[in-house]
Amino acid sequence: MSDQTQLHIDGQLVRVKAGSSVAAALRIAGGMGAARTSVTGQPRAPFCGMGVCQECRVQIDGRRRLACQTVCAEGMRVETTA
Amino acid sequence: MDADVIVIGAGIVGAACAHALAQAGRRVCVLDARLGGATGAGMGHLVVMDDNAAELELSRHSVAQWRALAPRLGADCAYSPCGTLWIAANDEEMAEAERKQQRLGALGIESRLLGAAELARAEPALRAGLSGALEVPGDGILYAPNAARWLLAQHAASVHVEHAKVEALEDDGTLRLADGSRRRAPQVVLANGIEATTLCPELPIRPKKGHLLITDRYPGTVHHQLVELGYVTSAHHSDGDSVAFNVQPRPTGQLLVGSSRQFDTTDLAVEAPMLARMLQRTLDYLPGLADLNAVRAWTGLRAASPDGLPLLGKHPWREKLWLAVGHEGLGVTTAPGSAHVLAALMTGATPDFDAAPYAPRGLREVA
Ligand SMILES: Cc1cc2nc3c(=O)[nH]c(=O)nc-3n(C[C@H](O)[C@H](O)[C@H](O)COP(=O)(O)OP(=O)(O)OC[C@H]3O[C@@H](n4cnc5c(N)ncnc54)[C@H](O)[C@@H]3O)c2cc1C
Ligand code: FES
Repeated sequence: MSDQTQLHIDGQLVRVKAGSSVAAALRIAGGMGAARTSVTGQPRAPFCGMGVCQECRVQIDGRRRLACQTVCAEGMRVETTA
Repeated sequence: MDADVIVIGAGIVGAACAHALAQAGRRVCVLDARLGGATGAGMGHLVVMDDNAAELELSRHSVAQWRALAPRLGADCAYSPCGTLWIAANDEEMAEAERKQQRLGALGIESRLLGAAELARAEPALRAGLSGALEVPGDGILYAPNAARWLLAQHAASVHVEHAKVEALEDDGTLRLADGSRRRAPQVVLANGIEATTLCPELPIRPKKGHLLITDRYPGTVHHQLVELGYVTSAHHSDGDSVAFNVQPRPTGQLLVGSSRQFDTTDLAVEAPMLARMLQRTLDYLPGLADLNAVRAWTGLRAASPDGLPLLGKHPWREKLWLAVGHEGLGVTTAPGSAHVLAALMTGATPDFDAAPYAPRGLREVA
């Protein structure tokens, strides 16, 4: 089993250590690791890292999920703008 | 400020009373303990309800007032004229939809029957096989905590809001506050929701707990406030727990999901079995909800009177005290109509409709 996982974040190929959370992958993908935009257009990023704050919502393989509570899987498609 | 009236409670009912009294020329002091009440916990459906003539009169008068205020409400009040769809799951409920249309029509309230195909076009997210619906386009939704603040801000010169907890009502109508001080005014309005019985244990008010859940943003999934017609039967059982399908499209694109009813608990914890029952009921109507992400679930307490109507009017034996309590699951809707009735009675004016059905009743004599 490979110790690396590859996934797509907003179309960009990102390689992370196997077992990483999507929140970690967002950080590796660059910048502040922004996850979503608030209803007034402010960028939001993972905050609590434990499934409470709801700031890390992203679209994962077509479904809205929490980045901090989702483990990266090979070929996963993550959208932060959906 | 030397107030003519002290209002206890700055929820939607107290705020509406202060607003109506200020409009009638009174100087009002509003005391609120910031305990967090039903106004911050509810759904904010502005809905004409017709279980009985008095409820229909109060709710239609109130919805009309909200509609008149709507163009001036702050954007953060999130008013939306989305209307209500009363969903009929079978032929019996469709027959009930027709009877409901007649009851509303008799009072000039616009509504429209939708057949199965028309309903499917109006709300494609609903499951197939429903019989139809009654659309009431004049209904709407509101974000009640901001609407309460808005009402309080409208007459800034004559409405003064203070953070204070009222600890007791003395026999001569004096209020004793938590900081030990006392307050007096010629008239006092009790509008503190479920807490009313802590100051007046004789009031026939019981808690009715409700769960709500809100999803992430999925704009365009649902267009009207959706309520099952069976709601009327399930919501008004006076005992036992019940759930009913009730989903609201928030202007943010979120779906606010209700509703559950449980008597005689004041424990605000979210109960997984109750939440599961409520969500299962929702899935019976909106199967796609299973794929949506929930953001938060919470509960609130409705202040229920024995007959479901609020108590509006002079307290039968406490000096200077007026009641605006017992609004149960309809207080956001009926706040303006309640305030209209109460302010009229308090200022010697004649209300636009008969106040008798709401007169304080069912109080227990306590030593
Ligand atoms: C789950 C749920 C769903 C609902 N959905 C709807 C809906 O869709 N449509 C609708 O119309 N209604 C709905 N309701 C009902 C509605 O929310 C209530 O009827 C309404 O908010 C009651 O308002 P209120 O001002 O009487 O009480 P509250 O909002 O409870 O306000 C009472 C205020 O009094 C203050 N207070 C309490 N004790 C004291 C004291 N001793 N001294 C000073 N201040 C005090 C509190 O701090 C609070 O601010 C719902 C309620 C619940 C719980
Ligand atoms: S970071 Fe808070 S819920 Fe994911």
